[in-house]
Amino acid sequence: MDFDLIINSFPKLLFASITTLKLVSVSLFIGLFIGLFFAILRIKNNIILGKIAYSYSYTFRGTPLLVQIFIIYYGFGQLEFIRESFLWAILKEPYWCAVIAFALNTGAYTSEILRSAFQTIKPGFIEAGKSLGVPNKLIFYKIQIPIAIRQSLPAYGNEIILMLKGTSLASTVTLMDLTGVAKYIISTTFKPIEVFIIAGSIYLFFTFIIHNVIKFLEKKYSF
Amino acid sequence: MNIFKKFGLGLLISLFITISANADKIRIGTEGAYPPWNSKDASGKLIGFEVELAWALCRYIGQQCVIVEQDWDGMIPALQMRKFDAIMAGMSITDERKKVITFSQGYADEVASLAVMKGSDLEGMETPEGINLSLGGSGVNKALKTITGALAGKTVCTQTGTIHQNFLESGDVGKVNVRTYKTQDDVNLDLTSGRCDVALAAAVAFTDYAEKSGKPVVLVGPTFSGGAFGNGVGVGLRQASQTGEDSALGKRDAALLKAFNKAIDQARKDGVISRLAVKHFGFDASM
Repeated sequence: MDFDLIINSFPKLLFASITTLKLVSVSLFIGLFIGLFFAILRIKNNIILGKIAYSYSYTFRGTPLLVQIFIIYYGFGQLEFIRESFLWAILKEPYWCAVIAFALNTGAYTSEILRSAFQTIKPGFIEAGKSLGVPNKLIFYKIQIPIAIRQSLPAYGNEIILMLKGTSLASTVTLMDLTGVAKYIISTTFKPIEVFIIAGSIYLFFTFIIHNVIKFLEKKYSF
Repeated sequence: MNIFKKFGLGLLISLFITISANADKIRIGTEGAYPPWNSKDASGKLIGFEVELAWALCRYIGQQCVIVEQDWDGMIPALQMRKFDAIMAGMSITDERKKVITFSQGYADEVASLAVMKGSDLEGMETPEGINLSLGGSGVNKALKTITGALAGKTVCTQTGTIHQNFLESGDVGKVNVRTYKTQDDVNLDLTSGRCDVALAAAVAFTDYAEKSGKPVVLVGPTFSGGAFGNGVGVGLRQASQTGEDSALGKRDAALLKAFNKAIDQARKDGVISRLAVKHFGFDASM
């Protein structure tokens, strides 16, 4: 064990985890809206829209995240018409390629989580609203969505943690996130154990925080 | 029950045979992703200059060899963890690496070069044909200054943990916006896609790619050698002191260093290295 290396690389890795946190939060934020949108398509009784939403979630849940990143980063970069389109301004940047891949991936999982949450809402809640003469729109926003969010909290907490760990793949498209910087330090010091242990501990620390925040929210909104 | 006992015994014996058969083989680690130094053919078989040279050196040493594939970024740690005994992966002999491993004498010269896509404004940079950073002098300084100016504001791509990355970060060419990749293939892909303005690697890595892919990748600026670029490519080996010079493992490592040095001498004398270099690089890169 090289303790000097541990002490020296800790601040660098901590600084790099800002990139990791940025990636997670931006992707989760975009992914939540994508997920909500497709979950609503699924619960509306429209066969075509439902099928579209289903194929989206099926595709992105059925392929590895790494492959998705590679297709978006290296794959699209090889296509002439994409390079000449306005999309290239975004796809040229590794950061946005990673965010797009992460957001689409987490969006697919989130849509499934929210869909099942909507579907488990007891009909009695909605009927109670209807019998009081509450408009349908208000039932959706004031009854269905809050209950669905509460129902999906445990599963969504898991998704946040999976996403946090998933961002380590960003280093494969040259981003200097926590894993990227860890690999960089190893490439100059040739000491993987020390560096990966610190990187792992930082991930564990973030997971610990996320886990407890979700637990707190679950308690607060329990019924 | 008896049949199970026999089966179990047979399994044990075959396990023992495979272990003992492997015990005295020299295991050589290579990347298999840095053509024409080392790469893989369509069927996944390792090919390239160093793969053929490794077989030749093993014949001179008179021991059986196994060639193992290993990602570049884990090459040195894998050697130290005894996943294999020697590195032959286009690894240049540098002082930085010598702190953790040892090298045989060099077997080939690797010159580095910048590369761009045809039509880049970096084409036609006015520099000498080649510069040796170890020699220094006003010619070298002038060339470095030209390159510093040319690279300013550009995204320069290179493979992680290479001499090329070290050079770009050494400050010799100012503060450069460096982007690092896991493999040279990835660097080539992003050079052609336009995410990289310019890339740095072994000159032959670019010419080989341009030839095989048909993409208009061209070399610009001088070829680099010396200084951060090290002193040729050699066989990377464990330092005998890692496990203690008197230990059995340490003695084996020390013997391997001697054996490789002797084998390289013989291969050079017989013209094997030159022949293989001409076959794979198109010119004699032996040293």
